[in-house]
Amino acid sequence: MLIFIPTPLRPFVDGQDRIEVNAPSVSGALEALTLERPELRKHLFTPEGRVRAFVNLYLNDEDVRYLPQQEATAVTATDTLSIIPSIAGGS
Amino acid sequence: MPTAVESAPLPELTTDELSRYSRHLILPEVGMEGQQRLKAAKVLCVGTGGLGSPLAFYLAAAGIGTLGLVDFDVVDASNLQRQIIHSTKDIGRKKLDSAAEKLNALNPALNVVKHELMLSSENALGILKDYDIVADGTDNFPTRYLVNDACVLTGKPNVYGSIFRFEGQCSVFATKDGPCYRCLYPEPPPPGLVPSCAEGGVLGILPGLVGVMQATEVIKLILGKGESLIGRLLLIDALNMRFRELKLRKNPACPVCGENPTIHELIDYQQFCGIVPETKENANMKNGIPQITVQELKRRIDSGEDVQLIDVREPYEFQIAQIGGKLIPQNDVPNRLAEIDPSREVVVHCRSGARSQKIAEFLKQQGYPRVANVAGGILAWSEHIDPKVQKY
Repeated sequence: MLIFIPTPLRPFVDGQDRIEVNAPSVSGALEALTLERPELRKHLFTPEGRVRAFVNLYLNDEDVRYLPQQEATAVTATDTLSIIPSIAGGS
Repeated sequence: MPTAVESAPLPELTTDELSRYSRHLILPEVGMEGQQRLKAAKVLCVGTGGLGSPLAFYLAAAGIGTLGLVDFDVVDASNLQRQIIHSTKDIGRKKLDSAAEKLNALNPALNVVKHELMLSSENALGILKDYDIVADGTDNFPTRYLVNDACVLTGKPNVYGSIFRFEGQCSVFATKDGPCYRCLYPEPPPPGLVPSCAEGGVLGILPGLVGVMQATEVIKLILGKGESLIGRLLLIDALNMRFRELKLRKNPACPVCGENPTIHELIDYQQFCGIVPETKENANMKNGIPQITVQELKRRIDSGEDVQLIDVREPYEFQIAQIGGKLIPQNDVPNRLAEIDPSREVVVHCRSGARSQKIAEFLKQQGYPRVANVAGGILAWSEHIDPKVQKY
């Protein structure tokens, strides 16, 4: 599946704006994404391994928090996962 | 879609206005009644910066009757790359005065109300009550949550726009049945994690794009026409020019707009966002890191002290301005610790003091016993020590 990386997190993935991973579920995709990227992992997960409360994940156009199986939701190669950052700029 | 402006009777249009708005009047979606609704409407723009400039400009041109502006800042040269309501001659002027002048030059019939203050928990509800719609063009998390909660508590739609580098977001929050900002972002990120535009930069055109989207949503809410961004988050990627749309849901457990709200009045948003107020005791210390002033740094350098100064900015910033120090961009620091001597004090600096604070905290975690941050960074140096050092 394709994971869209938002601007604030791109420094942790060599500037890439999208990354293709092979995974069976949303949590598997995040695992694959952060396996070799400990700095990115720190931004997305708490030390206990839970997704941080201010990180929004969308599977296609749906908020993962509202999917029946949430992060355990199965994904296919054609799905997209978006990490939606909090940004506050405006001035 | 019902209109956000219920005003009866609607104000008549003058002969001049009939001529000025003729391109609107012939649109079936606007027409005479729609233009009268725009004239009756009162819109509050929070901020007259990057987003606020195009937003206020287009609303003024479109015939909004009353436009409230909230700002307390003055125009700086570095604003002009994107804040198109201000001109070179306005540098040093209050943004409110500069903006009001341009808006009234464009549309003399517009009633501009200037609120020269920082929106706060104490004044927000009193200001919002006189308006129909709020457009959020602020630039920090505490004010984002403040505007959201004030909109929910007063029942005013919050037309939201936000930008960072090449990326933008737009939505409409806090309508009766729609989600609010907290439904999307229940918690703010920890302070320092998400850089501001001042630290991370922003493409000057991007706030134009997003601010005009906000203006479009404001107009549609007033007219009660079309499909608004309620329940949808529009993502703008200007670098690849891609637009994506995500579904937003009203969170039944939302503490401010949910089924059993726990927030009934405005709270301390600085505290909510984890920002510790500066007191006498902690003014010289931030998260365990001593803060040294630019005057102190200058004194130490002048006295011949060999200060281990580390500049954690990016190489392209280094080309614009320097005050000395070894350049190790912030993301390279973890891999270049060997270049920083732990037996000596480390003094870290950057443009404004924010990134260097983060790196100072990191170095402390890595076991460096003496680490200090230069408060205010190069901007403070340019302001207080050497104006020849270029501000950017």
